[in-house]
Parts: sequence; structure tokens; C-alpha cells
Amino acid sequence: MSSLTVAYAVAFYVAAAVLVLGLVVKIKQYATTPSPLKIPTMPAPRTRLGVVLRILREVIYFESLFKSNKWIWICAVLFHAGLWLVLARHLRYFIEPVWFWVVLVQPFGIYAGFAMIAGLVALWARRIVVNRVRYISGPSDHLMLALLVGIGFSGMMLRFVERTDIIAVKAFFLGLLRFDLQPLPAEMPLLVHLGLVITLMIVFPFSKLLHVPGVFFSPSRAQVDDAREKRHLAPWAAKLDAERDSAAAE
Amino acid sequence: MAKAPTFDIPAFREDLANPAMVEGAMDHSQPFVAKPEHQEDLGFPGELVENWEQKAVEKLGDLLGKNKALRVYLDSCVKCGACTDKCHYYIGTGDPKNMPVARQDLLRSLYRRHFTLAGKIAPGLVGARDMDKEMLDDWYKYFHQCSQCRRCSVFCPYGIDTAEISMAARDIMDHIGVGQKYSNEILAKVHKIGNNLGLPKPALIDTMEGLEEDVLEDDGVAVRFPVDVQGADVLLVTPSADFFAEPHVDGLIGYAKVFHQAGINWTVSSYASEAANFAMFIGSYEQMHKVAARIRQAALDLGVKRVIFGECGHAWRVAYSFLNSLAGPWDFLDPKYPVPQHILEVTHDLIQRGAINLDPSANDDMTLTFHDSCNVARGSGMGNMEGGQFIIPREVIKASVNKFVEMDPATTCEKTFCCGGGGGLLTDDLMELRVKGALPRMEALKDVVDNNGVTHMAAICAICKSQFSKVMPYYGFPMDMIVSVHQLVSDAIQLGTKE
Ligand code: SF4
Ligand code: SF4
Repeated sequence: MSSLTVAYAVAFYVAAAVLVLGLVVKIKQYATTPSPLKIPTMPAPRTRLGVVLRILREVIYFESLFKSNKWIWICAVLFHAGLWLVLARHLRYFIEPVWFWVVLVQPFGIYAGFAMIAGLVALWARRIVVNRVRYISGPSDHLMLALLVGIGFSGMMLRFVERTDIIAVKAFFLGLLRFDLQPLPAEMPLLVHLGLVITLMIVFPFSKLLHVPGVFFSPSRAQVDDAREKRHLAPWAAKLDAERDSAAAE
Repeated sequence: MAKAPTFDIPAFREDLANPAMVEGAMDHSQPFVAKPEHQEDLGFPGELVENWEQKAVEKLGDLLGKNKALRVYLDSCVKCGACTDKCHYYIGTGDPKNMPVARQDLLRSLYRRHFTLAGKIAPGLVGARDMDKEMLDDWYKYFHQCSQCRRCSVFCPYGIDTAEISMAARDIMDHIGVGQKYSNEILAKVHKIGNNLGLPKPALIDTMEGLEEDVLEDDGVAVRFPVDVQGADVLLVTPSADFFAEPHVDGLIGYAKVFHQAGINWTVSSYASEAANFAMFIGSYEQMHKVAARIRQAALDLGVKRVIFGECGHAWRVAYSFLNSLAGPWDFLDPKYPVPQHILEVTHDLIQRGAINLDPSANDDMTLTFHDSCNVARGSGMGNMEGGQFIIPREVIKASVNKFVEMDPATTCEKTFCCGGGGGLLTDDLMELRVKGALPRMEALKDVVDNNGVTHMAAICAICKSQFSKVMPYYGFPMDMIVSVHQLVSDAIQLGTKE
């Protein structure tokens, strides 16, 4: 086994562990930190089901962003929808036999790659051209876009310019999943593509990509409008009630 | 207008799409700092504590553990820019630090430095910074240029609510000894006397008796304005401005007439003579809890069955969304009614049941529009239905006047603009900010005045009413253009036809 294969295999294991553990820690933190008060952005749904639908609308078609700014919305949809299709297309490298719907998605996945890159480039252009967005952008915001564009671009290279040995790549990933290392083709574009993906997996739980779990926990979106009907009390705030009631009893 | 302003009044814009950016435009704006006694009255340190840089970080850590919103909001922003042109203070001043995300970043930079791995390893990359004098100055200035109106949170893809960030920052500043004079002084008055104005019981009784005489004189009907009546059915909790400020007091007269005609036995309490809860503005749960406890105590002491709130925006947010948490459980009140109720819910219900008689032609000399107050629109509800806070006030207005016109929908309902004076900023030391922050609302008003002949704008918030009557003259509108919704009810109600 080449040292390159071993290095990439180890890197993938480490990256996967960082990604999963990092997200678990963060999600646990979000799930367990109390909300002292009811703060849904009103008007808000009055039932749990309504809240689930509100969040689904937020996640699937970016409802608030749509209200806000059509340009950002279009770019964001291009990028995110493209990304999902591309990810779906990539599933075939990790499963055997390949599921039917993953086969179906294959041709769309390629167009989606273009959509994703177009969306990213447009978002990046906004960051540079629109003075308000330029003002709020920091180095990490540009680097994140560079990373994502790099992944998309190197991926497209593999498909259209330097076609890689897909069979071998798939064997490598199936091997990773089965803890049975298979050689990784030593091709530059492939190594760049995978290296960038590893980087993304590692920075994910430490970066603004935390918006992915965050959107599900945002109290302004995830709370039900039922403050008058149900008493909402954070455990730490209950102490204050006890003090109040004992003072009143005296 | 008392004296000529020392600042430029913003011009109505031709192009609403791209507010111009002027870096540092409001760098000079900050409210008076609380004196040691104002701070100590609330249990905060009197002046900047030793080691304040570190104390600030510790307090932030404390809040992060207590408030999910803070955690999620500080982590989740992707700097998409969707919120950047949504804040009335950015629109009115052009100062980029008034863009909601930039305001959040003032606190986020400290969060990243101390509570995230990226900020510890590579602060420069992610905009992480240590607390220093410059940061504290920026906090004090720009967290007091946020009226906590939540408009930004409507438009953010993750619902990030800059109000929560501002509240946390103000709480941290209070804890290191840098408070805002206006809010903290008022809170001390509430703790001592029971209302924001420091109006003691005899003065309150006097005022209410005066109102009884006024109504008797004007309408020839003995409408009562009771104070501290043991065993009344309803405790009315209303902003203390309703007791004497214009146009607020006309609203209070309206509530009294509604109660009178509907035969509702009510009282105000001299102990809890304030609906406002300024502790929300300074982001202190403990202070909010303490202020709210007065209402609970008054309800218990007077033995009432229902609690009804008068017209006030942030008070209604605290009442509708927080009161059950802060001062509940309310199991000693009549379970038939929501706790608390808004006076508009009561009036609306009475209108629907035909229990009060309104003649809208009494207001035929006016053409009305309605300003949705931010805290009612985005922080609360009415009528136990989604969006009831938009429907109910409009239905009551339409039952009281014949001519009603809506403003641009991009500036009403959930998208309403703050009056410019909310969030503890209704103080003369922030006059420039208040005038400039009112710009988007004034533009929308100008549009319906010019094109639809609107003569008056109704509001249901004590702060909106005070703010508008002060800033409207700067934009060429008469100060009495702003009216209470219950003032319209008061004019339209046909006393003596039901009771
Ligand atoms: S809209 Fe939300 S995510 Fe976008 S920049 Fe503003 S706060 Fe950040
Ligand atoms: S809460 Fe209102 S005032 Fe504060 S940043 Fe958001 S839009 Fe501006």
C-alpha cells in the first residue's frame, strides 16, 4: 500500500471523526442550552406542526431570505440545490450496488455542479461589489468561498478534463468504509479535490458552517407561539420564582 | 421644535434600494452613562470595575450557558448580507456599524476570541478580538443605536435577532459598571415607586380624578377612573405615560369608556402602575422578573380575576410573551380569559358581540393610517390567532373611523419599521439618532399623506406615541398627527346608549 493511500485514508478517518464529534458536541450544546423566554419572530405558528413546517420552508426554500433579497436568494438556491444534487451524485462512490434513484440523479448532478459553482461565484462577486457586504466580509468568508469553489472546480476537472479512474476511487472509498484499504490513484486533480474536501470536513464544526445545525435550533424560528397558554420556564430561572414566593410569604 | 437641531435631518430618498454608506457617521452618538447611584440601585457595580476586560468575558460565558439564542446566533451568521439594509438606523444614518450583522459582530468578535477554536488559533482570520477600551466604546455607542425592534430577524435566513445580541451586550456592560442612565434610572423608579415616571399614589389618584371630571364635563357621563379598588374584576396595567402625556391620555380615556359601556368593573394599581418593563431593554432577566413581580403582587393583593394591558409595544411583548414565564403561574385568575389580555382584544371582542356602540362618523374629520409597533408586530400576538396583532387593531380602527388607508406593505405588519425611539433610546441625549431612525416610517407616511390625504397616524405604543410627537415636526408633520387607537374609540363610542 502506498504511503499516499495511507495518508489519505488516515486523513479521511480523522476528518470524519472531527466532523461527527464536532457536530455532536455543538448540537448537544444547542439542544441543552435553555431558552429563558419565548422569542419566536412573530407572527409564529401556534402549533408544533406549524413550527416544523416553518423550519422546513426555511431549510428547503429559504423563506426569510426570499423576503429579504432576491439576488442573494437566487445565488444561495443555485449553490445549495446544486450542492445537494452533487452530493447525491457522489453517493455512488460509497454504495454497492448503486441505488436506483442515485443512478437517475447522475446526469443532473453534472449540471448541478455548474449551478453550484455559478452560485458560489455570484455570491463571491456580491461580497466584493456590494459595499455593504464587502464591509462585513472577513478573510474567513473569502477563504470559505475559495475552498468551496476549489472543491467544485477540481471536481469538474475530474469529470471533464482529467477523467480519473472512477473504479479505483470507488474501491478506495468502499475500502475505507469496510476498513480494508484499497489503493488510491495518485492523480493530482483527484488528490487536490479530496484534500480540499478533507479540509472542509475539518473546518465545518468550527466555522460559520454551523448555520447548518443552527437553523434548526434558532429560537426565533423553532419556538411555538403559545406563551400565554403554556408556562415556559428555564431551570435556572425557576430559582428566582422560589425567592419571590418565599419573600411574598413572609 | 424646541431649538434648531445641530444635525442634518435626512432627506426623503428617491431610491429606497441602496442606502448610502457613511463610515463613522454616528461614531459620536451615545447616551449618558448611568451615575454610580443609578447603577447601584439595580445591584450593578457603580463604575467600571477592575479587571473589566476579563469580567466582560466571564459574563458573556455566563449568558452563553443561559441563553440558547445567543449561542446559536453567534455561531450561525454566514455574512450573507441579507440584513444589511433592513435596519432603520442604518437607513437613516448610513453608518455601517448600524447594519445588523455589523452590530452583532461587535459582540461576536469577543465571542470568537474566547469561546471558539478558530478565534483562539487564528483570530485575524475570523475577526476575533480581545476586549479593550475601543471595543467597549463601540459597544456602548452602537448597542445603544439598536432599538431591539427585531426587523432584522424577519429577514435573516436563520432568524438571527440582533435584539438578543444587544440585550446581552447591555447586560454585560451593566455588569462591568457601564450602564445607560435613562433606562437604569427609570428602573430604579419602578422598584421604588411603581412606575417609570415616579408618580406616587396621591398624584395618581389626583390625575385619575381629574380625568373623571374631564370626561364628565366633555361627555356629561360619569365614567370612573378607579385606583386600588379591592375586589375589582379587572386590573388594568398601562404605561404610566397614559396618565398624562398626549396623545396617550386620550387612549386611557378610551379604555375607561369601553369598560364603562361594557359594565366591566376595573381598577389600576398604585403599586403596579406601570406596564412598561424597561428591564427588557437592558437584557436583564433578573430585573425583568423583579418588575413583573409587582404586577403579580398587585393582582393578588387586589383579588382581581383578569389582567388587561393598555396600549404599549414593548410592554405588550413582555406581557404576551414573557409574563407567564416571569410572573406566572397565573392559576389564581379566571381561566376563561387569556393572561394577560390586551385592551384591544377586549374592545375588539366587545365590538364583535355588539356590546359597545361605535359611530365611526364621529371621526369623519380624519383619515387614518396605522403604524404597527415593532414589539407588538414581531414580539407578540393578539387574539390567539397567527397575525392577530395585525388584524385586531385594524378592525378596531375601522369600526371607529370611516377613512382608513394602509401604508406601503414593505413597511407594515411583520415588516414594520420601528418609530426610532424604542429599546430604551427614547431619551433627549439620543435625539439625532431618534430623528434619523424615524426616516423610513416618515417616508411611508409622507407617501400616504401626499397621495391618499392621510391626516393622522394611529399607534398602540407609548414609546411610538412619544417618539412620533417629538420627531414628526422635524419632517414637517404636525406633532398631533399621532393618535392612540383608543382615542379613536373614545371619540366614536356612543356613551349612554348601552348602559
Ligand atoms: S441576514 Fe443573518 S446570516 Fe445574513 S448577514 Fe445578517 S445576521 Fe448574518
Ligand atoms: S433589532 Fe432593529 S434596531 Fe436592532 S439591529 Fe435589528 S433592525 Fe436594527
